[in-house]
Amino acid sequence: MKLMWFHLMPYTELPDDFREKHPSVWVDIHSTLFDPKRAHHMYNDFMDELEFAADCGFDAVCVNEHHSNGYGLMPSPNLIASALARRTTDTALCVMGNSLALYNPPTRVAEEFAMIDCISGGRLIAGFPVGTPMDTCYAYGTNPSMLREKYMEAHDLVMRAWTEKETFAFNGRFNQQRYVNIWPRPVQEPHPPVWIPGGGSVETWAWCAKMDYVYAYLSYYGYKAGLKTMQGFWGEMEKLGKDRNPYRAGFLQFVGVAPTRSEAMERYAEAAEYFYGRCLHVDLKYASPPGYNTEATQRVGLESQVRAAAEAAADPSKGKDALAAQGTTGSTTGTRFNMVAKTMEDIVDRGYVIVGSPKDVEEQLREVAVNMNVGHLMLLLQYGNMSKDLAKYNTKMFADHVAPKLRPLFAEWEDKWWPKPMEKAKRAELPAFAPSVQAAE
Amino acid sequence: MSEPTTTTIDINGHPCRVWTKGSGPKIGWLAGFGGLPRWTPFLDELAKTRTVIAPSLPGHPGATGHNLLDSHLDWIVAARQIIVKSGLEGEDIAGSSVGGSFVAEFAALWPHKVKRVALIAPWGLFDEKDPATDVWAQRPDDQPGVLCADPQIWKDFKAVPAGANSVEWPIEQIRASEAAARVFWPLGNTKIEKRLPLILAPTLLLWGEQDRVMPRSYADTMARLIEGKTTIKTIPGAGHLADLDQPAATARAILEFMS
Repeated sequence: MKLMWFHLMPYTELPDDFREKHPSVWVDIHSTLFDPKRAHHMYNDFMDELEFAADCGFDAVCVNEHHSNGYGLMPSPNLIASALARRTTDTALCVMGNSLALYNPPTRVAEEFAMIDCISGGRLIAGFPVGTPMDTCYAYGTNPSMLREKYMEAHDLVMRAWTEKETFAFNGRFNQQRYVNIWPRPVQEPHPPVWIPGGGSVETWAWCAKMDYVYAYLSYYGYKAGLKTMQGFWGEMEKLGKDRNPYRAGFLQFVGVAPTRSEAMERYAEAAEYFYGRCLHVDLKYASPPGYNTEATQRVGLESQVRAAAEAAADPSKGKDALAAQGTTGSTTGTRFNMVAKTMEDIVDRGYVIVGSPKDVEEQLREVAVNMNVGHLMLLLQYGNMSKDLAKYNTKMFADHVAPKLRPLFAEWEDKWWPKPMEKAKRAELPAFAPSVQAAE
Repeated sequence: MSEPTTTTIDINGHPCRVWTKGSGPKIGWLAGFGGLPRWTPFLDELAKTRTVIAPSLPGHPGATGHNLLDSHLDWIVAARQIIVKSGLEGEDIAGSSVGGSFVAEFAALWPHKVKRVALIAPWGLFDEKDPATDVWAQRPDDQPGVLCADPQIWKDFKAVPAGANSVEWPIEQIRASEAAARVFWPLGNTKIEKRLPLILAPTLLLWGEQDRVMPRSYADTMARLIEGKTTIKTIPGAGHLADLDQPAATARAILEFMS
């Protein structure tokens, strides 16, 4: 299986009383909380961590896009990916990804991804998220009623820009361009593998199946909450006549490794509580712009609420579980934020973060991968205000003691959705990085 | 409160409900944010002396087809078709908030196809120094109090009626909010100030005294720009959707103006 190292790049110095004094980590988080000189160090630490993960042998390093967000300092993940392209050699670069509807014209995405693919010699995974309500509709002012239509059209435009050999005119509903002819073109033929980060919507699953894209469920709520969604995904694949190749899927999981479980609980508590307490403190007014969720998705959510309420009425003990499950798998972003666990005990108990000794973590992740049938495990080994030292420790522990045990999983399947870089001998030689030489100059 | 008569017109291949009630000279009504999930006491007040014709806008309760409309021009053309097909050409027309904006646009672009106009806090302007409230960025508990002076009135207006489908009803209400967003996101600014000088009809500008969405200063801006004779009137005890908060006083103001 593939083990991928994911960074959100959270601002690590939100104040202790952030929840009490500030309404939201997203959209209108106050500018005075951001110290650019501290962010200088954070960015450099985060990039060190990503490079360290690549050195430790992770199959990919992953970055993503957020806007006006205190836990995601990458409005442009492409900037980070291009820097990583020069500082890594064989690791896949997973940009998860560019929210297509936010780019005008969307050919910008085709161009920048092609640049990263060229610089890296064909190591790019191209992620195309719709984007969260907070990022797209509020921070970027995109119309929620048109977001998905624009996204689908932008996708079609990017794919044509990558694959058509002649200059063409694009006559879309939202985009019109007389001359589409991107330079550069991607190294990977016909284009880099496309991965779709999504929630639990049937339409997204069906679309991934039709297009033969990877579906990545990027939840912050771990395997317990994610199992139902992934089972839904595989059920849909079966219905559509697709095989159970685990590499059709990706899943995000927070992890903390230490020599013992109790030590892991102690080491990672602060960072996990910082993330779930402060980083997911989102004002509910930014969670549900009308039209963001399709009516089909609203229907599924409402039907499950009606069912949960009926169960609660019939049997209060069972109903409570059903209502609690709604909190993490419910249809709206707001419901999820509202119900999130905030203490380390609860965070671990609910499976948001898997902590323990290498053996504990290996066993749990094996169960996660097998039960969910997920071949691409995207690991968050830095989260919240975790220091660079602890992030590197966690990364090394995982790489040395957990990864080797998990990697043989799913060996019987071919990963058809992994980058196909140029032959190593034909790739550019990267000069060794020599900070001491630079300092001397 | 007896039910209105329901007819259906076709707008871009989608059905659009038209409610009619009362007798006397016609008066058109384009409802405000959220549309008309149910008939209202305000419309009954109008129907005492007038034939009230209330068509639904695309995506609002009783009509679909908002997803076909990609630009403000698409919306204006749809609104014109609705007004013409429901027999309101050349008649008195009133509208509130979202609907009020389309009444104003119709009166500006086809100035000889409307008699008199009443606008309750219509959308379309945005002033950075006195910004309109973002109705789509409200915590669920706050929204009713933003739209109505008495939050309970909004809650009752939107509550699932006995016997209605408890899944489809809320979806219809979200769809109405989405339809408004489709044309007015993110600021409610359609640059209507460029077209207001084309309005020749006598125009009543009504504002709820406790309107928490559209600043009262917008009434003055509109009155200054509209070419026709304008009258500004505020309704005590009313919020943004004055017709819901104060049905009798709002209907009285409109009927007096249009008498």
